[in-house]
Amino acid sequence: MSKQIIVPFGPQHPVLPEPIHLDLVLEDERVVEAIPSIGYVHRGLEKLVEKRDYKDYVFISERICGICSFIHGATYCQAVEQVMGLEIPRRAEFLRAIWSEYSRMHSHLLWLGCFADAMGYENLFMNCWKVREKILDVLERTTGGRVIQGVNRVGGVSRDMDAAEFRRIETEIPGLRADYTELTRIFDEDLTVQTRTKGVGMLSKDMAWELGAVGPVIRGSGHAVDARMTGYGAYDELDFKPVVRTEGDCHARCLVRAGELFTSLDLIENAIDRIPKGDILIPVKGNPSGEYYAQTEQPRGEVIHYVKANGKKNLVRHRVRTPTLANVPPLVHMLAGCELADVPVIVLTIDPCIGCMER
Amino acid sequence: MKQPEQKIETITVSDLIHQVHVYHDDGYRLVQISCAQEGDAFELTYTFDRDLILSHLRIPADQKTSIPSISRIYLASFVYENEIADLFGIPFSGIAVDYKGTFIRTSVPHPFGTPQITTLKKKQEDQHE
Repeated sequence: MSKQIIVPFGPQHPVLPEPIHLDLVLEDERVVEAIPSIGYVHRGLEKLVEKRDYKDYVFISERICGICSFIHGATYCQAVEQVMGLEIPRRAEFLRAIWSEYSRMHSHLLWLGCFADAMGYENLFMNCWKVREKILDVLERTTGGRVIQGVNRVGGVSRDMDAAEFRRIETEIPGLRADYTELTRIFDEDLTVQTRTKGVGMLSKDMAWELGAVGPVIRGSGHAVDARMTGYGAYDELDFKPVVRTEGDCHARCLVRAGELFTSLDLIENAIDRIPKGDILIPVKGNPSGEYYAQTEQPRGEVIHYVKANGKKNLVRHRVRTPTLANVPPLVHMLAGCELADVPVIVLTIDPCIGCMER
Repeated sequence: MKQPEQKIETITVSDLIHQVHVYHDDGYRLVQISCAQEGDAFELTYTFDRDLILSHLRIPADQKTSIPSISRIYLASFVYENEIADLFGIPFSGIAVDYKGTFIRTSVPHPFGTPQITTLKKKQEDQHE
């Protein structure tokens, strides 16, 4: 047996936009075990709920993450609305779904670019981020914010879209679909991408379930698990079908995300076709009392926002189970047995968001 | 759209392993474990999913009594158990991957295990430094 050595990976590493530390136990170039540790960006946001009015806390919940911020805010609102027994306007639910899908596309394009960068494919990285700019432009135009949208409220949303805006979005969608087709073709067929990702970071169907994987990680291993299938918000009317691959490797997880770009466009088109007229926000009086686990689908996977309230303006507890935390056990499993050179690619395929995970 | 009501079944600590085994054998996925403070005590909630429906098990807890880890049944539980041990100071016994308090590095030990946030005001001279 070769001598074992430990190579520290992170918390600062060229492929990691955020800090996580892995102790990689190696025998020659092969990883025997990966031991993660976190806590470099723990901000104690959940604890702040004891000090902030539950309505103001929406803005803090949006800042849990800089990429999937909109869905964090929407899920928190959904949890509080359930506790208070509020039926928010249907139009607000459709608007939340549209912005959620734009957030998903922005996140996936960001990830595809980072993934290309990790493989040393700079040109592809720049092309992904060029397309992402178009998504950010729509978010800025319709909400006022490119990254933090700030339109979620307990009881609905604070901004509407008019018919002219919907027409404009519809005219932009064919161009986006063409961009996605070209990007997907490269990620699917390019030899560089295939060499770095096919058969790498294997996660079997059984292990994905056993290890509690979520999002594109579990869908890349053959399970149709997606919180949008529960029909929360407006998704019960949007003909949603999850993208599932069965290969269980890095390539499959990459193609799940690429496929979800098209799904998001379809969902936005459906939402625009079916969005009802009406109010977007209802007045909310009183304080919540009770508890609820709200479950939605973020770009990285299922997120759970738990709120517990006792009738006062400050909540007793807010707990967020982010998808990255759920994907740490599968990551540790995938890294065991891989080559050292494949570690960055495998780590990236769970799309780690450490700021989100530590809150 | 109004979401379905959620049932939370409260059980004793001694029943935990048996009940989790039942969920595992019935094909449930472990979704999460959360902790909340209830006066001086705590409660742990284990959430499972099957066919897109969440089910919850709840047990009482405190900072002196060890909770048996379920990581021999659901390996994925080790991240949640380490997280709760680090943030709330609730001990777990038999965690498959036990970080012994180093999974989440916080400047204050068990920051969520204290009843309230303490706001420290800076002294006048400190503010000018």
